[in-house]
Amino acid sequence: MRQFIIRRTCYSIISLLILSLTIFTVVRLTGDPVTLMAEPGARPEDLARIRAEWGLDRSWPVQYANFVQNILTGNLGISFNYRMPVGELYFERLPNSLQLALAATLLSFLIGIPAGLLSAVRVDGAWDQAGKIVALLGLAMPGFWLGLVLILVFSVWLEWLPTGGKNDWRNLVMPSLALGWYFAASLLRLTRSSMLEVMRSEYIKLARLKGLPGYVVIAKHGFKNALVPVLTLAGVNLVVMVNAAVIIEVIFAWPGIGRLLYEGIFQRDFPLVQGVVVLAGVMIVFVNLLIDILYAYIDPRIRLTR
Amino acid sequence: MSITTAPPVIEVQAPSQVRRWVRELPLLPLLILVPFVLAAVFADFIAPYDPTEPVQGAKIFVPPFWMDGGSTATLLGTDFQGRDSLSRLIFGARVSLVVGLMGTVVAGSLGTAFGILSGYLGGWVDQAIMRLTDAWLALPALVFAIFLATVVGPSMWNIVIILGLVYWTRYARVIRGEVLSLREREYVQLAEIAGASRLRVILRHILPNVLNTAMVLASLTIGVVIIAEASLSFLGVGVPPPEPAWGLMLSEARSTLMAGNWWLTVFPGICILLVVLATQLLGDWLRIRLDPQQRNL
Amino acid sequence: MSALLLEVRGLQTHYFTFGGSRIVKAVENVSFTLGEGETLGLVGESGCGKTTTCLSIVGLLPPAARVVGGEIRLNGTDLTKMSAREMGRVRGSAIGMILQDPMASLNPLFSIYTQVAEPAYYHLGMRRRSLRRRVEELLRAVRIPSPAMRMRGYPHQMSGGMRQRIVGAIALAGGPKLIIADEPTTNLDVTIQAQYLDLLMDIQLETGVALIFVTHNLGIVAKMCDRMAVMYAGRIVEMGAVRDLFNAPKHPYTKALLGSMAKLGSKEPLFAIPGQPPDLARPPPGCAFHPRCAEAMPRCATQDPEDVECGPNWTARCWLPQRAAEVVHDRADA
Repeated sequence: MRQFIIRRTCYSIISLLILSLTIFTVVRLTGDPVTLMAEPGARPEDLARIRAEWGLDRSWPVQYANFVQNILTGNLGISFNYRMPVGELYFERLPNSLQLALAATLLSFLIGIPAGLLSAVRVDGAWDQAGKIVALLGLAMPGFWLGLVLILVFSVWLEWLPTGGKNDWRNLVMPSLALGWYFAASLLRLTRSSMLEVMRSEYIKLARLKGLPGYVVIAKHGFKNALVPVLTLAGVNLVVMVNAAVIIEVIFAWPGIGRLLYEGIFQRDFPLVQGVVVLAGVMIVFVNLLIDILYAYIDPRIRLTR
Repeated sequence: MSITTAPPVIEVQAPSQVRRWVRELPLLPLLILVPFVLAAVFADFIAPYDPTEPVQGAKIFVPPFWMDGGSTATLLGTDFQGRDSLSRLIFGARVSLVVGLMGTVVAGSLGTAFGILSGYLGGWVDQAIMRLTDAWLALPALVFAIFLATVVGPSMWNIVIILGLVYWTRYARVIRGEVLSLREREYVQLAEIAGASRLRVILRHILPNVLNTAMVLASLTIGVVIIAEASLSFLGVGVPPPEPAWGLMLSEARSTLMAGNWWLTVFPGICILLVVLATQLLGDWLRIRLDPQQRNL
Repeated sequence: MSALLLEVRGLQTHYFTFGGSRIVKAVENVSFTLGEGETLGLVGESGCGKTTTCLSIVGLLPPAARVVGGEIRLNGTDLTKMSAREMGRVRGSAIGMILQDPMASLNPLFSIYTQVAEPAYYHLGMRRRSLRRRVEELLRAVRIPSPAMRMRGYPHQMSGGMRQRIVGAIALAGGPKLIIADEPTTNLDVTIQAQYLDLLMDIQLETGVALIFVTHNLGIVAKMCDRMAVMYAGRIVEMGAVRDLFNAPKHPYTKALLGSMAKLGSKEPLFAIPGQPPDLARPPPGCAFHPRCAEAMPRCATQDPEDVECGPNWTARCWLPQRAAEVVHDRADA
């Protein structure tokens, strides 16, 4: 297992390198980082100051080294609009996004996995057919549109739920539903096919041959094996959720990092935009690594090899 | 010693090739896609009005014709500038489909190229490309696309390229796997022994076989690209106005959502939903048709 | 005199496919008995119904299949009349089964201990220390070295031969009277096969368990079994002591099977039986084997033969022996 962890960590580091390199290069290839880092209406003296401050007059490799060093020390610049360090802003808003992501993930687990398992256990039944349709729709529907429709139905027409902001649990319902829907649909599909495959396996047959009660066969032997591939999806999901979260947070005025990014774009607050993208990327790489490690613990095939 | 008393085998005339081919077509997705494609291609002729100009004599926020205050002159209502929704939807199809298709082509070409190189050449090239793919996958595609769009400045071609750059990794992995197994096939090995240059082997033997998988993947992921484009447009970094895009329409509709102008939100979303659904179903059909052994893709 | 452990009479199992419009008669009027401690070999080509018969006995037929007639009596109780729950209690405790593919039979996510302990836990109600002792005992019985250490391991750490022994231990865990082994050595290396067969025989001597050994390999039958039943197209075409059948087979199919075994050193050509097994959804009239039979008579094409006694505990389902022996009518209902 140790080798596995070491290898994964190395990959993560490489990912981070590529991430930083890409951001670094893109910015320099398509524009002048100095003007981007300077507020609109800056004078030549300001530009010179910025150039010196950020070392933007040095050669690229040096700049890159600076860039990485800045990231590592958390120095990502000052937001034009908020006049605060970007890093501080990011971590201030991060808990909100995490809350939303957690609620959405929980919701999708609660909806997707049981539905998938049930579909598999009663294949081709009414439940299965309904599940297939729901999954299809879920995967085809843009999450943010679902959010808008939910607002339309539950806020405008029914007036049950508030439209935005973050006050109490009611604010959490619609955004997490909109954010989690896609994942719930993926989970349903994956759990269903995984469970079907497991139920057809030889070791399930043997479990039955042992005379174990039916529910033990399904619950103990079936579920655990079926859920292994589901975990891998969790890692992919995180990335997808971060993507969708940007728009969902905007629609529901949820004060998270997605919304922060949007504000940055809207207000041409370049340091903010760059900072959020860098930090979000780092966070995702890190979380993926954690999930990989978790996976290593659960699957004895990995846990017990060197 | 007679064998069995089974009834004699009757020779059934095979139905003509064309008819059989037609019967096997996936009706539902095509039924949905064809109108959209036609709309995209012939938008100038089909759309009742100019999508960028307010309709003469119509008010703003006119609801669809079957509701109170609606009129058959503007079938699906008008928006905050009095522009005809239906026309905007029709022209929006053009943007979504073109960007979706082109973005997929770019992503597919990049990804397939990388996949072939990685799978065929092996060694450190393979390792390097795989690490690149892993790293790229770890990035949130949309966030990255947003970043790029902000830095580069939005225009249709920029968006196409950005989407291609962001979504190529899906292809690379799968194609690489396929190439790995293709490499061991006899006809490839024969060609190599015969002294064909690597490029030639790739072009003549590997590429055609990989195209099937690439096409299936493309049809399955074009939906993602379309939604990505809509998302970018929604956030204001997609195809710039005045070109109508469904995502943009949704963004404009948002501010009037509270006033209850539901048609401006519902219809563009339904369009996106239908197109993506149709491409996914088409992709499923293609996948099963082209290689039933790949059902678990 | 061994008591009758298992009595199968007139078993009929059919597969209902395509919504019931196509019925495959996988097992058609199969009868045999098994005494305590005996070993019965169930022999035949693929698709002859051996596995379906076994699945019928343990009550684990796939959803499309059903036992439509006959009875299966284990120590007097008819298994076909049992509910699923009752059957669950029989499986694993009174009857154990060994499957063919050791690489796939064990659950990769659970330890060896867990998997071997389950039958003892559920059927014998054993817990903690006694359970642990039992698992160690079982592993030792199947000759797994260092059982206490091994049981904490996982299947992927073991070779195919070892895994198949574990499967054997699982089959024994509930203290069964009967073990059904469905081609247990087919997927093992040739060198390991003999070891495994020896193991099975030793276990039989130690525990007195009866064994139904399903195989298509007559060499194994010769080594392991007291009696053998040859199956074809869902029927038992000949059944008796292994010695008798090997020396003087009565049914043409048995003759052909034995003839197709390569004899080391002999210069006789290998011959295969010409033709194909019949479509069990539309079996031919008369004897199921007659289209491929070298000794078929006109009667064979129209009348399905009945069991003929060819000697003590030796029956063949064929019209040929009838000309020389008494006819014994075997009725399904007493």
